[in-house]
Amino acid sequence: MSSLANLSATQAAVGCDEFPLIRERGQREVFCGLTGIIWLHRKIQDAFFLVVGSRTCAHLLQSAAGVMIFAEPRFATAIIGERDLAGLADCNDELDRVVSRLLERRPDIRLLFLVGSCPSEVIKLDLSRAASRLSQRFAPGVRVLSYSGSGIETTFTQGEDACLASLVPTLPEETADAAPALLIAGAIAEVVEDQFRRIFDALGVGPVHFLPPRRSTAMPPVGRNTRYALAQPYLADTARALEARGATRIAAPFPLGAEGTTLWLRAIADAWNVDAARFRSVTDLAGERARRALGRQRTLLAGKRVFFFPDSQLEIPLARFLSRELGMELGEVGTPYLHRQHLAEELALLPPGTQLSEGQHVERQLDRCRAMRPDVTVCGLGLANPLEADGLTTKWSIELLFTPIQGYEQAADLAELFARPLVRRLRLEA
Amino acid sequence: MELTLWTYEGPPHVGAMRIATAMEGVHFVLHAPQGDTYADLLFTMIERLQKRPPVTYTTFQARDLGADTAALFQDAARDAFHRFQPQLLMVGASCTAELIQDDPGGLARALDLPVPVVALELPSYQKKENWGAAETFYRLVRATAQPRPAPRPAGTPPSCNVLGPTALGFRHRDDVREITALLERMGIAVNVTAPLGATPADLARLGAADFNVLLYPEIAGTAAAWLGRTFGQKATKTVPIGVAATRDFVAEVAALAGVDPAPVLSAETSRLSWYSRSVDSNYLTGKRVFVFGDATHAVAAARVASGELGFTVVGIGTYSREFARDVREAAKLYEVEALITEDYLAVEAAVAAAQPDLVLGTQMERHIAKRLGIPCAVISAPVHVQDYPARYSPQMGFEGANVLFDTWVHPLMMGLEEHLVSMFRDDFEFHAEAAPSHLGPVVQPPSDAAPVAETVGRARWAAEAEAELGRIPFFVRGKARRNTERFAEERGVSLISLETLYDAKAHFGR
Ligand code: SF4
Ligand code: SF4
Repeated sequence: MSSLANLSATQAAVGCDEFPLIRERGQREVFCGLTGIIWLHRKIQDAFFLVVGSRTCAHLLQSAAGVMIFAEPRFATAIIGERDLAGLADCNDELDRVVSRLLERRPDIRLLFLVGSCPSEVIKLDLSRAASRLSQRFAPGVRVLSYSGSGIETTFTQGEDACLASLVPTLPEETADAAPALLIAGAIAEVVEDQFRRIFDALGVGPVHFLPPRRSTAMPPVGRNTRYALAQPYLADTARALEARGATRIAAPFPLGAEGTTLWLRAIADAWNVDAARFRSVTDLAGERARRALGRQRTLLAGKRVFFFPDSQLEIPLARFLSRELGMELGEVGTPYLHRQHLAEELALLPPGTQLSEGQHVERQLDRCRAMRPDVTVCGLGLANPLEADGLTTKWSIELLFTPIQGYEQAADLAELFARPLVRRLRLEA
Repeated sequence: MELTLWTYEGPPHVGAMRIATAMEGVHFVLHAPQGDTYADLLFTMIERLQKRPPVTYTTFQARDLGADTAALFQDAARDAFHRFQPQLLMVGASCTAELIQDDPGGLARALDLPVPVVALELPSYQKKENWGAAETFYRLVRATAQPRPAPRPAGTPPSCNVLGPTALGFRHRDDVREITALLERMGIAVNVTAPLGATPADLARLGAADFNVLLYPEIAGTAAAWLGRTFGQKATKTVPIGVAATRDFVAEVAALAGVDPAPVLSAETSRLSWYSRSVDSNYLTGKRVFVFGDATHAVAAARVASGELGFTVVGIGTYSREFARDVREAAKLYEVEALITEDYLAVEAAVAAAQPDLVLGTQMERHIAKRLGIPCAVISAPVHVQDYPARYSPQMGFEGANVLFDTWVHPLMMGLEEHLVSMFRDDFEFHAEAAPSHLGPVVQPPSDAAPVAETVGRARWAAEAEAELGRIPFFVRGKARRNTERFAEERGVSLISLETLYDAKAHFGR
């Protein structure tokens, strides 16, 4: 057998958490960070994402966007051609030309991201220099930033991390004597943002800012008095950048499910010294409602076994939710990357002995999945139909990024995403 | 550098994947980063194939670049060989791997695998998907095809190969079935159909046929030309889309095979010919149609539109630059300028300027037409999931012509209906902007300031709750409103607050 086979699977324990962990190397069946553009461009409504890459990158964006063809989307690809590679054209001049043409067409754009790809990185095209050059040229109307969404650097949701991390150094400086402010980091649906905002208002927590903001002209301030909470588990670089600006993290599980939402809100409320009575009066009603709504799904999902292919880094919080609030059994919980610090509170809630895996060797993982025959398999779009054809029930992980799932009012919707494929299979006669 | 919003074709390695996925017994090791695995979903989600494409991606990462990506490639190739046991291994590089110049061909050959290795050169920065498919098929044919062992024994029927159908093609599966049956009725045996369903061993037998049926020149043109040069096999030039082209095709095939076309030509036709002559079709006369697609489908569609449906072709174009000449020739017949472009915005501008009654295009033009409010039928790749209908739905042959009639005429106003519209031009229901009634009610975009129902006994909506309701997608908003009001009424709630809205949502579940 090959050397790869011997090297790639090592059993290790997650230190004190005592979870069996499969660490693998091999073929990874995941999107690259460019994919984040699909939801980020809906989120920051005056931003444009210009990928500097190849026809493959353009095709990935188009395929991942699926049927969502917009009149003129706020993303595009500057496709590097052979003239650029052969040095017949200067890549920087070419990029300036493309950007000028783009900004002429789209005078509504206030923030332009130059998004690096594998090809731009391999040819060492310096997009951060290009961004500062173009920023100067188009200031003050348009700001130009850069980040990498390349598949050699980033996996799926890490593209959002890289994007937000690129924003952090540009955020306005909070004054030293400012009152403590809360910053929620990670793209979540607007409807969820508003629910959280109402809860924070009722708790007396604030001022509250969100990163990313809905408009690039309303960037949240950051400084020593900023306390930040992560709404998404995949924001390692963003967190580091925020800390470099003096912000401190409020450690908590993630706001998925009724329990996750309560614990997340509780950790934030604690940072503002909200007393227990007030916290309960604000959250009890919604928490109770969410638990009631989850009850129905629990009947269906309890005792069912779930298997996660690594994809979004949401896997561990989701596994925690499915096991604790819906009584599901955890087969294997794969994640592309296990951020032990940001997930410490999650891991503490996970049933002991849960089989985790980090990285991927897709063929071997498929072998394990087929051998286990879980009731629900969470996987990417490339694997779903072949697994269904094998008689396994699947849930596409990308839907977890496109659907509002955080917070109390969405807890049942999140459960529903896992229940629906099972219900469907039960209904179908032939 | 070229600014691209949407692309008609993927990179050339996706073309290579279309060949590998269509075939049996091959495996493709692609040197590529992880994100390139998105291409699997084209096959598993759009075409709904039940198997993963037979492709192993090496998924090298940044940290491998300084180290040994070549060893990574060799490990992946060796593992893939052992796991999948293919009869033939294809190897190639995606755009990123092309830049790091690892030479997949040399690396794979150094492994000394006991099966043929076909190394593909797929210049990602110059070429595109269809070229990649054509090049891949040609390389495979070249590597495997053997000359005919002995002349065809007297008394055995003439035989041909059917070349070009791939995975992710526009109706390829159904076209193959239709044309294979037609050939059989003509007394011609199909020696090999490739790449769809063929093994490398099947490709080895290509030389045994008398001639080739070239269904999709974009994909099999290069291979067919090589087979012609090498084995002296002639290839068909007519693509049998539409009744007239199918009849031409029958005649051409009969000549190549040395059989009599008369029995098939006198016995068979398509309902299209009669339907098009029936009085109701009078209204089709001179409908202005804009055609865009790959060259083969665009040229064929224009011929059918003009000669078989009596439409007027007001525009024709293609994204297949390699075949631009064919489209320019066709454009002359209709006295229009051919549009040769991969720029979707240029196509949109051309459609808008031509103001056609019907667009025959790809999935891209379907979106353009929708935006411009023009009826549209899809005639060519790029495809979407709707282009894999559950029913039998060929484009080629006599049955294919029936399908064309139905799918092109359906989006237009029906004949009598059109008269009524012009007769009652000012009637409030029969106005010219009304959609054809057989297409069902048009979804009206909801006005954001939907008046609050003030009916007695109905609960009122608090502004905050009303605003929240407005953010629910419009197609379920009506239901959400009704459910919430029912919920409030049943509980004697007179003012619907946000809490009521979410209580109701939780109550009704989904
Ligand atoms: S850092 Fe993580 S792995 Fe290490 S001891 Fe602490 S919890 Fe365990
Ligand atoms: S993996 Fe790299 S080359 Fe492929 S689409 Fe992503 S950024 Fe582009």
